[in-house]
Amino acid sequence: MQLELSEQDQEFRTQMREFFTTKVSPEIRDAVAEGRELTKEQIVEAQRTLNDAGYAVPHWPVEWGGQAWSDLQRHIWNEEMMAAAVPPPLAFNASMIGPVLAQFGSQELKERFLPATASLDIWWSQGFSEPDAGSDLASLRTRAVKDGDDWIVTGQKTWTTLGQHADWIFTLVRTDPDVKKQAGISMLLIDMTLPGVEVRPIELIDGGHEVNEVWFTDVRVPGDMLVGEVNQGWTIAKFLLGNERVGVAPVGSTKRSLARAKRLATESGLLSDPLYAARIAELENQLLALELTALRVVANSHNGAPHPASSVLKLKGTEIQQAVTELLVDVAGPGVLNGDGWESRATPAYLNMRKASIYGGSNEVQRQIIAKTILGL
Amino acid sequence: MDFTYTDEQDALRDAVRGLLTKSYSDFEKRRQATKAEPGYSEELWGRLAELGALSLPFAEEDGGAGAGWIETSVVAQEIGRVIAPEPYAVTVGLAGSLVAAVGTPEQRAEVLGAISAGERLVAVAHEEPGRRWKPSASDVKASQDGDSWTVDGVKAPVVQGARADLLVVSAVLPEGGTGLFLVEGDAEGVQREGHPTFEGGRAARITLTAARATPLGEAGVNRTAALATALDTARILVANEAIGIMEVALTMTTDYLKSRKQFGVTLNTFQALTFRAADMYVSLELATSVVQWATMVLEAGDPAAISAAARRSTLMVSRASRHIGQEAIQLHGGIGMTAEYAVGSYTSRLTAIDHLFGDGTFAAGALADGVAGYDALDPLA
Ligand SMILES: Cc1cc2nc3c(=O)[nH]c(=O)nc-3n(C[C@H](O)[C@H](O)[C@H](O)COP(=O)(O)OP(=O)(O)OC[C@H]3O[C@@H](n4cnc5c(N)ncnc54)[C@H](O)[C@@H]3O)c2cc1C
Repeated sequence: MQLELSEQDQEFRTQMREFFTTKVSPEIRDAVAEGRELTKEQIVEAQRTLNDAGYAVPHWPVEWGGQAWSDLQRHIWNEEMMAAAVPPPLAFNASMIGPVLAQFGSQELKERFLPATASLDIWWSQGFSEPDAGSDLASLRTRAVKDGDDWIVTGQKTWTTLGQHADWIFTLVRTDPDVKKQAGISMLLIDMTLPGVEVRPIELIDGGHEVNEVWFTDVRVPGDMLVGEVNQGWTIAKFLLGNERVGVAPVGSTKRSLARAKRLATESGLLSDPLYAARIAELENQLLALELTALRVVANSHNGAPHPASSVLKLKGTEIQQAVTELLVDVAGPGVLNGDGWESRATPAYLNMRKASIYGGSNEVQRQIIAKTILGL
Repeated sequence: MDFTYTDEQDALRDAVRGLLTKSYSDFEKRRQATKAEPGYSEELWGRLAELGALSLPFAEEDGGAGAGWIETSVVAQEIGRVIAPEPYAVTVGLAGSLVAAVGTPEQRAEVLGAISAGERLVAVAHEEPGRRWKPSASDVKASQDGDSWTVDGVKAPVVQGARADLLVVSAVLPEGGTGLFLVEGDAEGVQREGHPTFEGGRAARITLTAARATPLGEAGVNRTAALATALDTARILVANEAIGIMEVALTMTTDYLKSRKQFGVTLNTFQALTFRAADMYVSLELATSVVQWATMVLEAGDPAAISAAARRSTLMVSRASRHIGQEAIQLHGGIGMTAEYAVGSYTSRLTAIDHLFGDGTFAAGALADGVAGYDALDPLA
């Protein structure tokens, strides 16, 4: 056992910190730090800044822009990025479809999409969920039927995050209705400007518009937009959802939010209330435990296999993340009813963050994974 | 940053586990040991000494093995796994680290050598009635007459205070401050009333009446800081013990859920139960991370950092051990309530640990007092 970072990792950390705090636009970082919404242009700008330095997709294969860093270095990269309030590379691009294309895509697909995906010249969205296929994703119904070389796609996706900005959508579609439901699914890449694609906004409880319904009406998708083999979609989806062990738990950003909540509580005198001080101390301790667990996971992952505790990170990470937004609402107090200022943004942020334990494999799904695969129940 | 144990540390774990499972894997043997005086197996204590387990943190010139706290914590975890009643953390961790920190070279060699060899049981008489977890003495007073010292007052509870051959007693010095003294267990003026504790351990109420005392280290020095660090050391060690206990309590529970049938199916068919087991696992993993980190901080040796880490691991373990201990009994149903079945004793021992050196509320209070003094925590700093 060894407490300190190695000299190289320490140096790496300094290098990352230096980069994130000096090279990414201060306006963007301020907006993130204060919990204000970013524009599409700001998200793109931030990712380009990272990508130009080779820091947007460090976990990709080296030939497609990856860095061959250790898991610990990737952890440090992620934490320093969060600590500096730098918006992370768009997850749909960097963490989801990019690694999938690198692993399952044809050479043509790789060449066509990977560079533009890394630089965010193409904005991807994720078209998995449907009205009747949430946690039970495999029961999805959107159909793709072969017509010559093409696929004709019909159906409805929902909860498509930032679909209003998206150029392309990676979807799971049913290509064989007559087999076991997991066995009849394929992954298709769909250009959202194709005729028959329609994006309809959904308003969420915080008043914002971050998700959409996406309708496909007889959309003709070229056959070469299939990823991997026909009916291999479920395997690919599991790869996509399961290959992340760094950054599952939003430690860095939650830490930043908690420090901010503490500063605001100090300014308002609330921190001298022992109940608030104790609540913050408890949260800090849980967050410390989470961070140390994340470090244990990345430092001890064997041959690239995910540590079984990854589900712990998702489960507890989102709980603490939510608890910090709840704390901020309480620190704001009656100010939550103000017309502007941080207090007025606290409740929408809290309401919005309820999503964290629902998407990306709900916390109940994580408990199921722990019970079944770790505890053997 | 590395959370893995070395091959040597793994080998130590295997050896200690082998020895302890031989003694206590049959829970009935543990029950027999805790029923008879002195509440643990003297023979096993000797075997632990032979294995070198009692000498791990002490310097070689003091008769120790010159290993460290990580090795010591490995033993503590194994003690926890079978809830061995041997007073490992209080003797090696608390008494031993105090003597190592402040004793003269002769005292260190004599006392630490005797602890290491398993020849003498050394207990720390520090708690006093009506107080809660202070690093100083209050009502037990030390008096000086020329070169000789005596101590007066009541110490309770003193873990293994009746069996101990030698006591390390904290007492208020004539000039103020807390001094440390060695007092022979059978010295004149030492009256010891031993009793069993709820988890099968032993403690004593010790009344000191002009009992002859030898200053530990240089006479008349305020040892509050050393005492605080020794208590923190013991906190981190018992946290390791608790990790061992919680691991096994969880395994017992999941095994039970897989085997117990009700309504014609095994209990693990019911998601309401498996989810609760999953949450126990979450508590265990998070507590393990903090305890391993705190152990590394202890090994690194900076008292201020050790103090903070001890508070953090105490808080984490207190919350986790209540959660896991309570759920372990609940998910076992009625059998979990019986003394014959082990799981309740695991919870019982966790509760004892929770109150030995300060519980979660105590630690949270201390952390809350300092919460305004920094921006965010950084375990990599
Ligand atoms: C803000 C937001 C953004 C999203 N973005 C995207 C996106 O970009 N692309 C995309 O494809 N999807 C997206 N999703 C969808 C998300 O993945 C689903 O909401 C999620 O999978 C849960 O499905 P559901 O909403 O249908 O809930 P349901 O599956 O109906 O679940 C309802 C409740 O029951 C619980 N539950 C379900 N099954 C079980 C079980 N077997 N055991 C115990 N409990 C169970 C769930 O945990 C939940 O609490 C997003 C969702 C939200 C809220």
